[in-house]
Amino acid sequence: MNHLPVLIPVTLLFSAFLIPLAGFFKRDLAFAIALIGAFLSFVFSASGLWVVTSRGDLRYHLGGWAPPIGIEYVLDALSAFMTTVVTLVGSLVLLYSRRSILQEVPERFVPMYALAMLLLAGLSGIIVTADLFNLFVFLEIASLSAYALMAVGDERGPVASFRYLILGSIAGSFYVLGVGFLYFSTGSLNMADVAQRLPDLYQSRAVAAAAIFIFIALGLKMALFPLHLWLPDVYTYAPSAITGLIAPIMTKVAAYAVIRMFLTVFQPHYLRDILPVTSVIAWLGAAGILYGSIMAIAQSDFRRMLAYSSVSQIGYIGLGIGLANPLGLIGALLHILNHAFMKACLFLVAGSIRFRTGRWEVSSFAGLGRKMPWTMAAFTVAALSMVGIPPAAGFFSKWYLLLGGIDRGNWFFVATILLSSLLTAVYFFRVLEQVYAVHSREPSTPVIPSDPPASMLLPTVILGVGVLVLGLLNSVIVSRILEPVAAALK
Amino acid sequence: MAGPVESFFSFAPLAAVLISLLAAVLISLSSRRPNLRETWTIVAALCKFAVVGSMVPTVLAGLYPEINLFDIAPGISLALKADPLGLSFALSASLLWIFTSFYSIGYMRALKEHDQTRYFASFALCLSATMGIAFAANLMTFFIFYEVLTISTYPLVIHKESPAAISAGRKYLAFLLSGGVALLLAVGLTQRVAGTLNFTPGGFLSVSMGQAELLTLFVLFLVGVGAKSGLMPLHSWLPTAMIAPTPVSALLHAVAVVKAGVFGFARVMGFVFGPQLAGEIGATTLTAVIAGATIVIASLLAMAQDNLKRRLAYSTVGHLSYIILGTVLLAPAGWLGGLFHVTTHAAMKITLFFCAGAIYVKTGRENVSELDGIGRQMPITMAAFTIGALGLAGLPPVGGFLSKWFLAQGTVETGQPILLAVLLLSGLLNAGYLFPIVIRAFFKSSKDFTKFDEAPPLMVIPLLFTAAFSLLLGIYPDGIFHFYSLSSEAVASVLKGVVP
Repeated sequence: MNHLPVLIPVTLLFSAFLIPLAGFFKRDLAFAIALIGAFLSFVFSASGLWVVTSRGDLRYHLGGWAPPIGIEYVLDALSAFMTTVVTLVGSLVLLYSRRSILQEVPERFVPMYALAMLLLAGLSGIIVTADLFNLFVFLEIASLSAYALMAVGDERGPVASFRYLILGSIAGSFYVLGVGFLYFSTGSLNMADVAQRLPDLYQSRAVAAAAIFIFIALGLKMALFPLHLWLPDVYTYAPSAITGLIAPIMTKVAAYAVIRMFLTVFQPHYLRDILPVTSVIAWLGAAGILYGSIMAIAQSDFRRMLAYSSVSQIGYIGLGIGLANPLGLIGALLHILNHAFMKACLFLVAGSIRFRTGRWEVSSFAGLGRKMPWTMAAFTVAALSMVGIPPAAGFFSKWYLLLGGIDRGNWFFVATILLSSLLTAVYFFRVLEQVYAVHSREPSTPVIPSDPPASMLLPTVILGVGVLVLGLLNSVIVSRILEPVAAALK
Repeated sequence: MAGPVESFFSFAPLAAVLISLLAAVLISLSSRRPNLRETWTIVAALCKFAVVGSMVPTVLAGLYPEINLFDIAPGISLALKADPLGLSFALSASLLWIFTSFYSIGYMRALKEHDQTRYFASFALCLSATMGIAFAANLMTFFIFYEVLTISTYPLVIHKESPAAISAGRKYLAFLLSGGVALLLAVGLTQRVAGTLNFTPGGFLSVSMGQAELLTLFVLFLVGVGAKSGLMPLHSWLPTAMIAPTPVSALLHAVAVVKAGVFGFARVMGFVFGPQLAGEIGATTLTAVIAGATIVIASLLAMAQDNLKRRLAYSTVGHLSYIILGTVLLAPAGWLGGLFHVTTHAAMKITLFFCAGAIYVKTGRENVSELDGIGRQMPITMAAFTIGALGLAGLPPVGGFLSKWFLAQGTVETGQPILLAVLLLSGLLNAGYLFPIVIRAFFKSSKDFTKFDEAPPLMVIPLLFTAAFSLLLGIYPDGIFHFYSLSSEAVASVLKGVVP
């Protein structure tokens, strides 16, 4: 039981190392191990979530060294919630990925899975660790595997990925600098320990610089406007299954790190009242919502449209965090979950369309509603959820954000949250029109597209149904998991 | 008048919602077997009406069926409750769905329309949402079904899949989703200022919240529900949406969707603000001005339309504002007239749309100017049309007379001569744009229409039923379904203690 915090990343890390060995003998063994590893860590995360919400936090001391000297892994409601989201969505996307990768990059099948597991290990490590420097290590593990994964793909992939590498390394440096400043000021790297010592140092400029550096770094990783520049290209040119894996969870984990820094390391009081970081995040979030939505409207490439839509949805999460009140944070956390489901579903749909037709321009989607009915049904649910139509999940995160905005009394934020629903409707209904109402003008191709094979269709549909289920059950999630987390802001 | 009001646990309101939801699933699954598919529609329509109808006696006895499903957000439950106001709306929508189902089958098959499965499934979904709106026990539940209705109507609006239909769909979404956003903000603000969203007869907001804030909140609500109910200047999607197949225009754009808007207004007026508070903050005056203007302008615009369905659409815009006007008159008669008009206008307008559809199926004509002498070919259809037209103009013995009579009485009781003049003038205007059609049909001759040749029975019989229903509402208003009692019970619950 007490090993749960460490079991989650270790399982993933272990399967990442096992995959090249097993894949050497039989290619599909690599896929099987990846799937089992991801699913096991999901089981650990979900049981961890259960234990944590009923009995309290789980702490694990690596190597038996007690903090602040040793590294500590913590499962509390927030981190257990996050690992569950990451490993669940990760498992579903991995299940989907096999046929897609076999079609798009068959020659790199085994290394792709090894890297994917390494990525998941890095992401889950960021979530469970309670050590500032250990977080950096996991951040780099996740980033390096992401650079490699995204560089495979079409010919523009390497360039896009290289740009991400440059920006990502800058972010990494900022983070280390920030942590260094904190270490010099407090003499500790353990989050709880640092948090305890910080209140005496609130007037220190070094601490202020540390906070600014860390939030710039995490903002870049999170793709918070205007630090999102790397995102559209890598999402567009990476292999479909890889975008499906990275887009829903990676930026969210960075958002989680922001929340962790906000709630646990620097106390809310500091970032809200002394150094107004939260206000900056809120305004950047609002700007990102509008910018991302407008850019998404301007795209004709479906994947690029989804990428800009991600920029906009990240803006929601940023705005929710920046509101710095309980309802805003609940909205942000719920949106991390909801958006992971919606975006995974949407990118898997994009992958399925590419799998069957080889196309990704929205204008070539005419008539797909009849040819790929189940895929498009899942798309419709996810799209309506993005627009914020109840009872789909996306509505409820917007509802809490709206209430948070009202509590904050900032009518610009309220208007942004509402207006962006309409902008989102513009770009998604444009696709829906094409899919359902426009008849294909092209001469009929020899291959008539149909729904993809079951291994791809099933995860897509599960995610689509999940969007509805999460919407109807949001009250349970909010009151059992998120409200206790957000109570820190009262 | 019934004794003390109580509510009791019952699955009936939930069943009313779920029946057509289930039907939508079954319809989608039987796309290859049209007869089975249409059977689901009919069975669902009959079952739904039976379930809704079964609640009438208990509700009239002061016992309201209620079901709290689960919390949809902390402290806000997804709850359905059949009170007289909701029940009268649900009853008229579900009764008219039966006629529309038969009519739809006749219409769609006669025109050999494409994608009939999508059509019938969306239709069933719309009815589910309408029931949810009618029975919603709080604003959140109301909002959820309100948005579902917006979305499930969209496939019906763009059914033709022509560029014009797609652009009509865009316009539809632009208006209704924007309205939805205003409504969402209003619901969110209500939640924060009042701490509750539960509908309470007589309202739950209080004047202590500040007059300016309350008026702003009211305007947001007005925009939110006004978009659906065609309140000017938010009406222009409605005539454009007439590109949808005629049964859609008939049931949704005359009965379910737009009535959901005015029903929402009645809910907000009677169960969120309360008539008294709305009067104190000046909301009633504001609404009366807008509704009065809408009535007159829409009637004038209707005269200028040559396309029959567009003319009927503008007429709908005007008549919806009758209902809104009725609910802002602080008099029982005004409320009664407004609520009763929900049902009577539904019956009359659906008849007219059915007639327009029958004419289109039989002759392919859509314009009023092409209908000279059509009464010779389709006398039954045009007779039904005449009944509907008389009713909309407010002439006895059709139901429209009664609702207009009560509305007029309301304006007199509250001393509003201008509004009375608006009502009387619009009665004349109604006659002005509807009677010429009847005159053309019966008293002008044309070479095209000489032989008796009616639309298929699946279309003619439903329109006769709805015409008969319009008459019945005028002659024997309480009828077999107690529409009149339900309306007056609803009025009593809202105005209890407000007006002597």
